[in-house]
Amino acid sequence: MAVQVLIPTPLQKFTNDEASVSLDASSVDALLQALDGRFPGILGRLCDENGKLRRFLNVYVNSEDIRFLDNQTTALADGDEVSIVPAVAGG
Amino acid sequence: MTATLSRSTFTGLRCKECGQGYEATARHVCEDVCFGPLEVVYDYEAIRARVSRATIEAGPVSIWRYREFLPIEGDPIDVGTGFTPLLRANRLAKRLGLKELHIKNDGVNMPTLSFKDRVVSVALTRARELGFTTVSCASTGNLANSTAAIAAHAGLECCVFIPSDLELGKVLGTLVYNPTLMAVKGNYDQVNRLCSEVANTHGWGFVNINLRPYYSEGSKTLGYEVIEQLGWRLPDHIVAPLASGSLYTKIRKGFDEFIKVGLVEEKPVRFSGAQAEGCMPIAQAFADGRDFIIPVKPNTIAKSIAIGNPADGPYAIDIANRTGGTISAVSDDEIIEGIKLLAETEGIFTETAGGTTIAVLKKLVEQGKIDPSETTVAYITGNGLKTTEAIASSIGEPFLIEAQLDSFNAAWERSQSLHRTSTERVD
Repeated sequence: MAVQVLIPTPLQKFTNDEASVSLDASSVDALLQALDGRFPGILGRLCDENGKLRRFLNVYVNSEDIRFLDNQTTALADGDEVSIVPAVAGG
Repeated sequence: MTATLSRSTFTGLRCKECGQGYEATARHVCEDVCFGPLEVVYDYEAIRARVSRATIEAGPVSIWRYREFLPIEGDPIDVGTGFTPLLRANRLAKRLGLKELHIKNDGVNMPTLSFKDRVVSVALTRARELGFTTVSCASTGNLANSTAAIAAHAGLECCVFIPSDLELGKVLGTLVYNPTLMAVKGNYDQVNRLCSEVANTHGWGFVNINLRPYYSEGSKTLGYEVIEQLGWRLPDHIVAPLASGSLYTKIRKGFDEFIKVGLVEEKPVRFSGAQAEGCMPIAQAFADGRDFIIPVKPNTIAKSIAIGNPADGPYAIDIANRTGGTISAVSDDEIIEGIKLLAETEGIFTETAGGTTIAVLKKLVEQGKIDPSETTVAYITGNGLKTTEAIASSIGEPFLIEAQLDSFNAAWERSQSLHRTSTERVD
């Protein structure tokens, strides 16, 4: 199940400057692990010591915030697009 | 360059969460450690040595009278932004039962009639210093107006992004400056996500993304001005609208900095915040006693503050709790009543965000959460002429008459009887 992940600029130093990577994963949690398998160390940036996504990071599956889905247990399907976006100011 | 550099009082950026330091470039998140937001760091000893009440009072009649507190190195883009009226609102105070109420009226800010001119003046000055030739933003409307206008003045290329369902006044008020305007089919949070992705791939200065640390500092001037305009004293209580929570936290920072450098005597100030019930993620977290935000999908007429995933929400909750303030929400009907109340009592026509602030102010007084004896300041952040749709069906109609005295007299009599039954006079 190939999923496309959009990598924000600050994390591209882990991905050899690639802005988008393709990975196999069946859930957001599995995707985070797969990312770290490919790019060791990236998980420590994305998640705190308990494995929870840092509170200033937003993760979207096909444009939907995972907090409106099943958070980190949100299931992923072939062709899904996952976007990792640091929080920004508004208005 | 050395001469201009020595004028700057900021030394770099620092993560608000973990304290990690960064150079003062175009970046907004703590990429080496925790993804927390970055903030500008200043040399307050240098500021204290250079600034006094007298030097500020002798400065330009704009936000740039406070330039030592703002993160720029050279000459600012000064389009007359800031130093908007602080109005003693006696009639509204009397209506609400308050002793001393002031309205900080950024609905007449320059050049685009909202507080956003403050943040954009700072962000574009810094963008130019960092070498950007194209600037951009994700906006609920006011920020788009301001970015497009000030970019035009500064001769910068501009591409801005808005949700496609914005009020006509906000769309026209952007297009007239001839930027490239992207109306995105989605809500503000979706626009923001898209812009973050664009920011990754285009070398643009996004005022609310990679320039955010500089941008947000502009809001501090709303704190400084209130202190100066109150005669160099702090109020007891402030009420401000909450969208991302940035403005509210920066007013606090403005107060704290003036205390720190000895420009004003320290005293407690209670911070209360206003949201619309149709988008109240911060008010809900406050009510639940949470320190984290659960995002919502906005559905309110108060579009300028309809941010379902507010980045500075946790900081806003912390300030409200620490200062003994309240974060509260009101319905769309109450927002319209708030707009009308401010207009009828003080002659100020604000947009929906201002209506939200006035409606929450009224509610907090009624609930005893604002003491009648407190010196209170309500922040009005935008102009009503941009969101006329919101009130079009709630403010009556003109009397259509013939150009004859009889026709006028009949209509006048009708108007007087309507007036007697519908309004309660306040003198």
